[in-house]
Amino acid sequence: MLQSWVIVLASFLYLGILFAIAWYADRRADTGRSLIANPMVYALSLGVYCTTWTFYGSVGRAAASGIGFLPIYLGPTLLFALAGFILHKMIRVAKANRITSIADFVASRYGKSQLLGGLVTVIAVVGVIPYIALQLKAVSNSFAILASYPEIVMPATAGAVPLIQDSALYVAMILAAFTILFGTRHLDATERHEGMVAAIAVESVVKLVAFLAVGVFVVWGMHDGVGDIFAQAAAIPEVARRLTTADSPAAYGTWGTLIFLSLFASLLLPRQFQIAVVENVDESHLRRAVWLFPFYLFLINLFVLPVALAGMLHFQGAGVDADTFVLTLPMAHQQEGLALFVYIGGLSAATGMVIVETIALSTMVCNDLVMPALLRLPMLGLATRADLSGLLLEIRRWAIAVILGLGYLYFRVAGEAYALVSIGLISFAAVAQFAPVVIGGLFWKGGTRDGALAGLAAGFVLWAYTLLLPSFAKSGWLPDGFIAHGLFGIELLRPQHLFGLTGLDEITHCLVWSLLVNLGAYIGVSLQRVPNLREARQATLFVGGAEAAGIPGWRGSAGVADLLPLAGRFLGLERAQEAFARHARQRGLKAIEELPADTRLVNFAETLLAGAIGSASARAMVASVVTEEPLGIDEVMNILDEASQVRAYTRELEQKSLELTRATAELREANARLQQLDRMKDDFISTVTHELRTPLTSIRAFSEMLQEDPKIDLPQRVRFLGIIVSEAVRLSRLINQILDLAKLESGRAEWTVAAVDVAEVIREAAESLTVLFAEKHVILELDGREAGLIVLADRDRLMQVMVNLLSNALKFVPAESGRVKVGVGGTTHEVRVSVTDNGPGIQAEDQDMIFDKFRQGAGTSDVLTDKPQGTGLGLPISRQIIEYFNGRLWVESTLGAGACFVFALPRQAGDNDASKSTGGVP
Amino acid sequence: MSHRILIVDDEPNIVISLEYLMKKEGFQVAVATDGETALQLAAEFVPDLVLLDVMMPKKSGFEVCQALRAVPALVATKIIMLTAKGRETEVTKGLALGADVYITKPFSTKDLVLQIKSLLA
Repeated sequence: MLQSWVIVLASFLYLGILFAIAWYADRRADTGRSLIANPMVYALSLGVYCTTWTFYGSVGRAAASGIGFLPIYLGPTLLFALAGFILHKMIRVAKANRITSIADFVASRYGKSQLLGGLVTVIAVVGVIPYIALQLKAVSNSFAILASYPEIVMPATAGAVPLIQDSALYVAMILAAFTILFGTRHLDATERHEGMVAAIAVESVVKLVAFLAVGVFVVWGMHDGVGDIFAQAAAIPEVARRLTTADSPAAYGTWGTLIFLSLFASLLLPRQFQIAVVENVDESHLRRAVWLFPFYLFLINLFVLPVALAGMLHFQGAGVDADTFVLTLPMAHQQEGLALFVYIGGLSAATGMVIVETIALSTMVCNDLVMPALLRLPMLGLATRADLSGLLLEIRRWAIAVILGLGYLYFRVAGEAYALVSIGLISFAAVAQFAPVVIGGLFWKGGTRDGALAGLAAGFVLWAYTLLLPSFAKSGWLPDGFIAHGLFGIELLRPQHLFGLTGLDEITHCLVWSLLVNLGAYIGVSLQRVPNLREARQATLFVGGAEAAGIPGWRGSAGVADLLPLAGRFLGLERAQEAFARHARQRGLKAIEELPADTRLVNFAETLLAGAIGSASARAMVASVVTEEPLGIDEVMNILDEASQVRAYTRELEQKSLELTRATAELREANARLQQLDRMKDDFISTVTHELRTPLTSIRAFSEMLQEDPKIDLPQRVRFLGIIVSEAVRLSRLINQILDLAKLESGRAEWTVAAVDVAEVIREAAESLTVLFAEKHVILELDGREAGLIVLADRDRLMQVMVNLLSNALKFVPAESGRVKVGVGGTTHEVRVSVTDNGPGIQAEDQDMIFDKFRQGAGTSDVLTDKPQGTGLGLPISRQIIEYFNGRLWVESTLGAGACFVFALPRQAGDNDASKSTGGVP
Repeated sequence: MSHRILIVDDEPNIVISLEYLMKKEGFQVAVATDGETALQLAAEFVPDLVLLDVMMPKKSGFEVCQALRAVPALVATKIIMLTAKGRETEVTKGLALGADVYITKPFSTKDLVLQIKSLLA
């Protein structure tokens, strides 16, 4: 009856029924009448934890180590029974942040780091693929065994069968197709798959019932109850050993490791996270699940040991793999129907695991690996595409196919090296690497992205080196020399005895090292720096919740009727009444009874209680009478968002006001500068006015005198007219120079720039002044040897400077004995001209001042006093001109020893001898 | 008895014109071309009126004015400040320091003579 086609038909029929259930549940969900909004369904769907590894492998492990199969189930039992609050917190946080996967969870916690999400995804994929391989192996083996009925033949080893005949390949393909149908029919905004959850719950029932059926058959059909089996087993020493617990200290250690490992696995395996956290419809379902799920685990393990013992008794020395006892025992007793049911139960366990696991992984691969990469490729233009849902589904479908393909590949390559249970443990150890960053992230605010990355990467590397690579080596895929002798022959690096750590089984060994390094790196690197703003914000959301954010936690209300007796229970009724009366008075009310049932009253009561019994207990007590739930995380997030917006706004304001202050300071400075300029302009105008009025005064006075008294004698008249003329000349010269200076200073002067021979200019200037020098009997010495020194300048302007310097010198030297000497010289870079006189000299403090407008040197620092002839504008004008041509004009002098005015101009390349350096200049 | 006039100015041409004007009116005239000389001369000459320029070497007209006012023998001496600096603040300053009249250059010779005559009357 159990021909292959029957089995295949039954398999497809079963899968079809599952699909129908899923489809129906999805329909119901769409119409708002969710089929899975039920704590029972939630608890059953958590049974996805039990895969073929449980279904077939538990018996195998029990046959090998007695009750050594149990820790795998004690871990989750402990987690749900004792640490439900961790799960509760994870669910709340995940819901509030719309977490879609374990990778998303970790990424979100540490500042929404894509890199971190990618790393978690990679670890999860690499870690879970052996596990998927295990399911393929189990299904294909059970199919092969069942198909050979009534013979009981162990299936050929994996990889020994040609690819085309390998049923595991077809199993992988069918499961891939089925998963794609299940998980990627449409894109759910909430990342929830109601239909899938319903189907998984049904599968949990099927595999449980199947296993219980086998158990009942074995215990009461084949034997006379459990006592009979145990009695028979005790009679055979080899079997009886399975009735004792661990036989070495190391084995106890292994127990601890496995409990620890499975505890984390039931929380962190992608499929567990998906079912327990992402697919959770209502937090309150967890309350039922914390005992329902452990109960489920209890039931499914109830008959493991009896079946294992019965199998060992029945197949003594028959070479039947203990992993297959569940199937082969009914077969051996010609229970075809039960055998088929068991096969379906195993299929159920496998499909449940594969579907949820690959859906979870494909979500992670899609959201945390592929999409971030694709969105960064500008040529695809994805960032601007409006609808990406089709693409997302496509990516997920491919991810499912690839993951199952990889699972199959692992099965072909490494599948035979290990018993079923060991493969599962490799996966468990991989996902245990998430424990520090997830648990730490929920309870420690100090974790940073870098710390999480470092911890995960270090743990993953050690896991791969101490567990994954040896598993490859043992299956002959890698040379196994490094296991025995260590990498590069270094004994300390033996992967299963790292740094000489011996005496542990490989799982414990791996776990000790990888988690030690993982945790160390996570904490160590996190402590290197303070979490940045983003990390801190996420940390508050994940760790703190409403209380940490300082947001009053109560939305609900309770009246005096509830709160007063409550407070009275802890404070004494009298004191409570006093306090409430005080509170009423503070709010301007006459009596306690008038107090409204509002948030303020609740907060008051809580604070009051906290003083007596501590804040946590107070909160719990108040919660028992407050009608509404505390503030949801969603609202907390909104408030936080607003708060951070306000903070951002405040920061903006601060910045603005800072900018304003800065601008004000700049303006004030500019204003001060303007005022100073204004003062300088005023002074200048006042000085100019004074200078203009002085000659005008003489001109007017003499003109009036001549006009009034026409009879002034001739010599007097000539003298007066002479004065008038010379003052008029002085006046026009002054006006010219003022205008000239204004032009120079405002930059409106016109320049005719050309190559000018300095010596020529000097000669011409000297010639124009020959008469004046002669009149005063002053000797002018020209250093005429330096012809051919060329500068770029305006010839007329340069002449103006030269004339000014020469007339200044002439003005100050004594008549008769005066001497003025002109020197010319040059270095490779510049040409220097000096005008030296033997006048009174200029005292040091005046040497700068004489270049100011209207200041003239006279041996004193008084302004415009002892009047030398001239306007006081010659030197300022000269300096302006020289500086215009990038030159310098200065004076060297000691009081009483003459003065030497020097100007230097950049030498024009290409004059007759640029390299010649000559003297003649001081 | 003719009045004595002290002319204090550092502009030679202005001194010439003032000296000519004053002598023509029959005053006795002394001339100083800087502040210090002016003070010495004033002590010896005891003028009835001083024509005082402001911008001078060694001592400015303001300082001279202040110093003259501190001399008891010169209490009756009139002071006319003559200056090319015509800003309001300087006029006020000169009058505050004890000048009787403040005249800005260039001035009308006729007005100046009338001013002096009325002061000495």
